[in-house]
Amino acid sequence: MQLIIQEEVQRKIDELKDQALYIHMEMTTGAYAAHFDTSKHPAANFITNAQIRYSHGSIAGVGPYRVGLKMENGWVYTEGLTHWEETETERLLLAGHDLQGKLVVCLQLSRKPF
Amino acid sequence: MNQRILVILPHPDDEAFGASGTLAKYIHNGAQVTYACLTLGEMGRNMGFPPFANRVTLPEFRKKELEEACEAIGIQDVRMLGFHDKTIEFEDPQLLDGRIDDLLEELNPSLVITFYPGHAVHPDHDATGAAVIRTIGRLPKDRRPVVHCIAFANNHEQVIGKADIINDVKDFMTQKMAAIGAHRSQFQAAELVGSKKLKDKEIAERFGTERFWTYKFDS
Repeated sequence: MQLIIQEEVQRKIDELKDQALYIHMEMTTGAYAAHFDTSKHPAANFITNAQIRYSHGSIAGVGPYRVGLKMENGWVYTEGLTHWEETETERLLLAGHDLQGKLVVCLQLSRKPF
Repeated sequence: MNQRILVILPHPDDEAFGASGTLAKYIHNGAQVTYACLTLGEMGRNMGFPPFANRVTLPEFRKKELEEACEAIGIQDVRMLGFHDKTIEFEDPQLLDGRIDDLLEELNPSLVITFYPGHAVHPDHDATGAAVIRTIGRLPKDRRPVVHCIAFANNHEQVIGKADIINDVKDFMTQKMAAIGAHRSQFQAAELVGSKKLKDKEIAERFGTERFWTYKFDS
């Protein structure tokens, strides 16, 4: 993955609006968080291939970035995004990695299921 | 007769730190090893550093890494069972146990290596160990293979005591370090060994012993 180029991601968000999309969203501290440090609270979630449609979306911030997608009845929100995959032509793959390169958060959109 | 060993672990790389030296040693002595890896570790947080994989491509990278690690160890037979990372504890127990039972039936191993349920930190580790113990526990006593479990949770020795199997694998450091190194998306050198390159003696001290607990079935 590459460091996010905000304008490129915004263009992709605009391309994908107003259509049925599959979403993969995820956030995790890692399953070993409390094993290495008992003061840590391990938590994670992911949802894969739920269908959404948004009418308006944007990427904000100066890095790490935030993305908000406005749907008919609600919102998709993600904070902490650092990387995107520039080789993807159809899909939008965004992720946030910490200083050790570990994935913390992830937001992906595709017209086909992941 | 050559020993037949069945290794059942949930993630590519689970074998690397805890069992790769032991497996290389057994294989050196003529053992036939089948490694059933339940998932492709597709939810792993490490994508390489800087990240060369992503959530979509990670399973394909990890599959190749697993094959390379197994080749380094000398494992003759690798099975990828196709379960999804992080979901083992939620999987239909009949399906899961059935797959394990099929392997036991097919291979008739004398030794099975897995995680010690409840003492292996990651929910997939515990659930895998529990499924293996459950399935083997259903076999008649005289048909059960010996089970060696890997445990590493904090305070595990207070509950299950000290390991009864202590394998010196210092002669198999080449295979073990190659197996660890094969999982390049997962193990970043700095995290693993610090910034300096370890000397052979330091590697042997740190990685040269592998410990297992022989599972004691209640009945």
